[in-house]
Amino acid sequence: MVIDTQGLSFHFGSQQVVKSLSLQVPEGSIYGFLGPNGAGKTTTIKLLLNLLKTEEGSIRIFDKDLQSNRIAILAEIGSLIEQPAIYLHLTGKENLMNRALLLEVPESRVDEMLALVHLKEAANKKAGKYSLGMKQRLGIALALLPDPKLLILDEPTNGLDPNGIIEVRELLIKLVTKHNKTVFVSSHLLAEVERMATHVGIIDHGELLFQGSIKDLEGISQPRVQVEVNNTVDAANLLKKQGFTVTDITEDNLSVPFTSKTQMSEINALLNKNNYQVFSIHKVHKDLEKLFLDITQKA
Amino acid sequence: MKGFILSFRSEFYKTRKTAAFWSSIILPLIICLLLFIGFFSHSDNLAKQPGAMLWFQFAGAILGVMGSLLLPMLIVFIAYSVNNIEHKAETWKTLFSLPISKLSVYSAKYLYALFLVILCLALFLLFTLGFGNLLSVVKPTLKFNEYHMEGFLTQLYFKLLLSSLGILSIQFLLSLLFRDFLKPMGIGFAATIMGVILAGTGWQYAYLYPYSHAMLTVKSMHEARGGSDHAMPQLTVDLFTKDIWVSLAVAAGVFILGYFIVLKKSVK
Repeated sequence: MVIDTQGLSFHFGSQQVVKSLSLQVPEGSIYGFLGPNGAGKTTTIKLLLNLLKTEEGSIRIFDKDLQSNRIAILAEIGSLIEQPAIYLHLTGKENLMNRALLLEVPESRVDEMLALVHLKEAANKKAGKYSLGMKQRLGIALALLPDPKLLILDEPTNGLDPNGIIEVRELLIKLVTKHNKTVFVSSHLLAEVERMATHVGIIDHGELLFQGSIKDLEGISQPRVQVEVNNTVDAANLLKKQGFTVTDITEDNLSVPFTSKTQMSEINALLNKNNYQVFSIHKVHKDLEKLFLDITQKA
Repeated sequence: MKGFILSFRSEFYKTRKTAAFWSSIILPLIICLLLFIGFFSHSDNLAKQPGAMLWFQFAGAILGVMGSLLLPMLIVFIAYSVNNIEHKAETWKTLFSLPISKLSVYSAKYLYALFLVILCLALFLLFTLGFGNLLSVVKPTLKFNEYHMEGFLTQLYFKLLLSSLGILSIQFLLSLLFRDFLKPMGIGFAATIMGVILAGTGWQYAYLYPYSHAMLTVKSMHEARGGSDHAMPQLTVDLFTKDIWVSLAVAAGVFILGYFIVLKKSVK
């Protein structure tokens, strides 16, 4: 395991922010750390980086105890926490140069990073004049600068436009598949995590509600088939008669638990044959909120 | 040690374009230049004075403001600036997640603030001597060249530096802990005013109060001149007086205390 925590707990005053967290992040994974705002994601990340002192439990990174190997471990981690920490009076390149100076990284690596995050054109512009997305990309470049084995990114796609989000996603996938890195990435968007993660941990109110591979999560999240049809009530009755389970009926849509693609085409054919007008039929995942409810109710 | 050197260089890299850095250079230049212009334009009145008196007036004018208000406030400002750069950019969390020991990060920042104070005082000394000598060149009636006080002034500025270490440590710690401008600035300003009053009224225990030390150092110069105007000034500086020892002790104590606070403190 690259990250292995046991019974990790943390308080802010009387409020318990992280409760007995046991994270297992395997090598070579993209670990999506999911949870709504205020769930304890950033606090957990700060614990992993030793910015907050571990009160209870233990943290092992690269199979070494974090407390006693702090510097050796930090030397292999690149991180981006909350908003990127950038000196606004320096240019984008100067921000990277300053970090390169601290980490003894050559200037050529700075130029590489600028090119990688598409900030070459804006390299000599003051970071204070950067857009939110540019700042975020500079933050990612700063995290990648020392070529770390483990990347810890807190909401890295915050403030990025769709293109930017896709680029970051592809970059992370490339880092893991081609360069054998491990990525720990937090997000409050399930859809975001689903598209790149190999492993998922779900946290709410400081508690880990689910941990496993993305396949395990798909098992729980129970996708359903949403059918937009002209007469939903009658169509639902027809489907029920044919042995389908209908879970939800609204004025425009009805839902059936997804089992396979064939099932979708069967539903479509059946409705068409019986002269119902099918406007759309597609597979939908439960949103995170519903998934949370599901997972918490099971627990 | 490597971590310290890297951090120190990074401090310079970060601040070289900020007001904190340039104020340490421009402040001595402007003040000495203004004084130069003042002496130059009043050279007729000053021409009667002997060289020694000219130097005393010239250097004394700077040291007067320096001891009472300028040096403590400059230190308050420098201590604030080197810490504020991280507060403002939210970069404490990055600094402390780099593979560099917390002691290196902390001490490099502290010593960089000290470096700025040294730079500023060294420039005050240099410009005082430089502009004084320049006056005797451009206005030969001003006989600055007849008298030399380089050694004395150097010692005095060195003592000023030592006297300022106590405040530097206190203000550095305050600025590290509080991210807003008003707390360290307000406390520093109020404490300095109190220091000036305590030292000015000659309170016997003023030497125990760090914010009085700069003023006490400047006052000791006046005493070294002797009471009578006719007496030839005695140009000696007693470097290690009680107040300087207190200043050094406070500086070391607060520096160590600050380190333990940094170790314990959660990084927001």
